[in-house]
Amino acid sequence: MKTLPSSLRWVAMGGLAIGLGWSTLLPADTVETLTVGYIGMQRDDNVEPLSVLDPVLDDEGLQGARLGINDNNATAQFLGQEFMLHEVEVAQGGDVGEALQALVDEGVDWIVSGLPAEALLDVMAHPARGDRVVFNAQAPDDELRGEACHPDLYHTTPSRRMLSDALAQFLAFKQWDRWALVYGNTEEDRILADVLRTAAERYGHRIVGDKQWPHDPMARRAEGGFHAIQREIPVFVQDLPEHDVLVIADETDYFGEYFPYQTWAPRPVVGTQGLVAAPWHRAHESWGAVQLQRRFEDLAERWMTPRDFGAWLAVRSLGEAAARTGSVERDAILDYLLSEEFELAGYLGLPVSYRTWNHQLRQPILVTGPRMVASVSPQEGYLHPRTPLDSLGADEGESTCRF
Amino acid sequence: MPFLSQGDRKPTTKHFTLGLVLGGLLWLPLTAQAERIFISNEKDNTVSVIDGTSLEVIETIRVGRRPRAMAFSSDGSELFVAVGDDEAIDMIDLETLQVVRSQSSGEDPEVIRVDPNRPYIYVSNEDDNIVSVLDYEARTLVTEIPVGVEPEGLGISPDGRWLIATTETSNMAHIIDAEAMEAVHHRLVGARPRHAEFSHDGSEAWVSSEIAGMVTILDMEETFDVKHVIRFDVPGVPRETVQAVGVALTSDGRYAFVALGPSNRVAVIDQQTYEVLDYLLVGQRVWHLALNADESRLYTTNGVSGDVTVIDVEGLRAIKSIPVGRFPWGVIVEP
Repeated sequence: MKTLPSSLRWVAMGGLAIGLGWSTLLPADTVETLTVGYIGMQRDDNVEPLSVLDPVLDDEGLQGARLGINDNNATAQFLGQEFMLHEVEVAQGGDVGEALQALVDEGVDWIVSGLPAEALLDVMAHPARGDRVVFNAQAPDDELRGEACHPDLYHTTPSRRMLSDALAQFLAFKQWDRWALVYGNTEEDRILADVLRTAAERYGHRIVGDKQWPHDPMARRAEGGFHAIQREIPVFVQDLPEHDVLVIADETDYFGEYFPYQTWAPRPVVGTQGLVAAPWHRAHESWGAVQLQRRFEDLAERWMTPRDFGAWLAVRSLGEAAARTGSVERDAILDYLLSEEFELAGYLGLPVSYRTWNHQLRQPILVTGPRMVASVSPQEGYLHPRTPLDSLGADEGESTCRF
Repeated sequence: MPFLSQGDRKPTTKHFTLGLVLGGLLWLPLTAQAERIFISNEKDNTVSVIDGTSLEVIETIRVGRRPRAMAFSSDGSELFVAVGDDEAIDMIDLETLQVVRSQSSGEDPEVIRVDPNRPYIYVSNEDDNIVSVLDYEARTLVTEIPVGVEPEGLGISPDGRWLIATTETSNMAHIIDAEAMEAVHHRLVGARPRHAEFSHDGSEAWVSSEIAGMVTILDMEETFDVKHVIRFDVPGVPRETVQAVGVALTSDGRYAFVALGPSNRVAVIDQQTYEVLDYLLVGQRVWHLALNADESRLYTTNGVSGDVTVIDVEGLRAIKSIPVGRFPWGVIVEP
């Protein structure tokens, strides 16, 4: 292994191949290789999930990409194709460009990004990228699908707007249309609160009142912390007007988990904690999802998260396009990805496909509690001239993306 | 509630009689024993038995957990039911309608087929990427055949020479030489292939794809290649909900029926020209379907509405809905 700058921490390198007992399979004369690079960022040690039941993960996203490569190769071996994965992880505050250059030097043709929005934009603007296509498997920012969109940037993870619309549709089905909103003190939470307001308006809800949670993150394991919480939260929400649901916007998970059962009025907690909208969840086992959950757990020895799922979808998109076109060439694959023909089985009941106007993967979204999936959006009855899936997220007419 | 359903039934029975007259089926002699239709209820852990004459549920058999595919033993004395969560095949005595034995099948059996010549059951084991071959007389595991990721659909040629396994993630039809027990050809088909059915002369195999919403027809005589693809376009229904699952082919080569999942339709296809002739509205999330012995009726399982739709084949229309258990999955008619 080469000597690497300290800002890079290499997780692993080299192609993964699966060893199944294919006794009768004839190797194709020539094998065409498609090389994918996964670029992730080291976890911020200061940010941990609030509940000690949630594991702290260092390989989120990456394991999804690995499984995608394995799944692709299971088909590719019959077609004279082969998928390889190179992996690189950038330290917090590290140089994304260096990591990108390292992947390019390894011969990577396609990039899957587990980076937050700012670092992802650095990748898009970096000369080392050339015309390589990047799949965003982590950043939910609508801006990346709007003003800051890029013809070489595809999104397999849903935007905040898609998630908020999915939740808003379900709450409309329940006729819980008076929302009280509590949001955190981070920039992400302020953005999410705005997106929630847009979704509420789109689906006929009313935000009767909103408040910012005034405290900073508390210690994850503060002994007896609930004594204070039990008294603090009812007082904090008591002056909110009469509402059907309490909507929490806390993306970094530093206070929202305290809210269920502590509210002043007996109301469900929804949003980023309580009942949430998510592209993937361990409780989801319909439409064959149990198979994907099991394959993932065999590989990673933990549950699959939304970030793993986003990376898996990105790699599987490439696998599906390469298998159908019989090509590993950039333009052939991209033409197919954006065509009407492209339909990927994402274990969500409906095929997933890319929106041509902003390269966002349209997908059903789970509405789930901590232990059981409550529903899947789009909800029945929300019609759309193209597909009901386009009732989630920025539609073609309102998109600000101009390639 | 019994009173209500009684009231519902009367007009339906009239329709049914009318259907019989229109279909000219009154000419057919009535058999001594009415045929029985078996429905596996995935969420109830039961098999419903429907009487083919009265079209009512006459028996509900308790089976293992998560029953899905079913098949008859070659001598017609037993019904085999794949019970996925019990990792076994339950065997029901067709005289007593009780589970008399159970054979271990490997992980998560979903689809099963019975060999026409040998006492073998073929089982797709999704988690292990293999097709298991069980001997139901000797009660042994004969062999395991490796295929692609998530094997699901299985089809066997009428002469027992070829077995087709479809793999849901590899999106392939693996054509297995049943003598050598080896996959010899691998063909790419539509996304998430669910079911494989041979034409009665064995010259073609019809493979349905759930996510792609299409049927791929493979030539089984010479090339084993894709010879045609049938796509579906149900007017007024979102394209994504048109998902092809169960396939039934009439023995005279006239019709093919394809269950189209959450679009709640069954496609009627001309087996010779591959032209889609009609879409019949049935219950919600239609999953599998089966013809009765004289092919005058088609029965469909409708998972979400929890019922079976009876279709008159001559008139090509639904004549009755029969409530069964929760999430009916498979259907098979006693030969």
